[in-house]
Amino acid sequence: MTQTRYSMQPPDTTPQASGPVTTPPAVKAPTPAAAPTSGDADTLARAQAGDHYAFAQLYSLHKRRIYSLCLRMVGNVAEAEDLTQEAFLQLHRKIATFRGDSAFSTWLHRLAINVVLMHLRKKGLSLISLDEAMEPTPEEGPGRSFGAPDLSLAGSIDRLALERAISDLPAGYRLIFVLHDIEGYEHNEIAAMLDCSIGNSKSQLHKARLKLRDAMRTFPRREGRR
Amino acid sequence: MIEDPKNMTCQEFQAQMADFIGTGEDASAHPHVQNCDLCRALLADLQTIAEAARQLFPVVDPPDSLWEHIQSAIKEEEGDPSRQ
Repeated sequence: MTQTRYSMQPPDTTPQASGPVTTPPAVKAPTPAAAPTSGDADTLARAQAGDHYAFAQLYSLHKRRIYSLCLRMVGNVAEAEDLTQEAFLQLHRKIATFRGDSAFSTWLHRLAINVVLMHLRKKGLSLISLDEAMEPTPEEGPGRSFGAPDLSLAGSIDRLALERAISDLPAGYRLIFVLHDIEGYEHNEIAAMLDCSIGNSKSQLHKARLKLRDAMRTFPRREGRR
Repeated sequence: MIEDPKNMTCQEFQAQMADFIGTGEDASAHPHVQNCDLCRALLADLQTIAEAARQLFPVVDPPDSLWEHIQSAIKEEEGDPSRQ
């Protein structure tokens, strides 16, 4: 049986305010960077063996990206906190099953994305079909998307408008847009995470961008801005 | 089937547009872009959106209290073997 030690704080990769921190004896100092190192592999192995301090280290290493991912996906702080908690709880339950077929961070992100997806489905939000065909619908086809060059967005992006437009995207579009254009995942990685084809990932991303463009082009008029 | 870049329709070009944005690929020299004002404008807009989005959301820390919640939940689960 693994002895549980809950009194420790998670080691952080960022400077901490001074205060009482109970550090268990005979543990390695936390790795001061999020980049994978051999220390990370050791931490992972110990966490898989049930070492709670090692799990706390993993939390510290990955919490920012997981929380930020959740926040971008749902656009709500309270929900993002709940989802981050659920993601790390699932990680705790499943960490022993990680076999190293992919990078641990990729595996954890996929787990977190699944948590977000399940949450969105539970909320009944309309996740678009990832199997949707490439054929543009009349609404999304070139005729609607095109605009005269003098209406170009170049140099006139309003951050607030873009944030709002992204949060207004249908959940499925937002998911792929966030993963690709913000998180920097490649289409093959997204396809693997979402269990869809690379072509579908590209198609949905393109449609998401078109929707954002439409939203950005109408925003100034709707909001009475320039 | 691979389309001839010179004879692409707008629809064919747009079907590939995701490959040209945010990937570091320079699409400005693409034959279709050079000959189509509308696709050129669309490409510029989508590149602008993708670039702006990349700088939109900083990576942020969750509140410190979140770890406490996670610890409590783990403790609770470990005390309940049915949830293992």
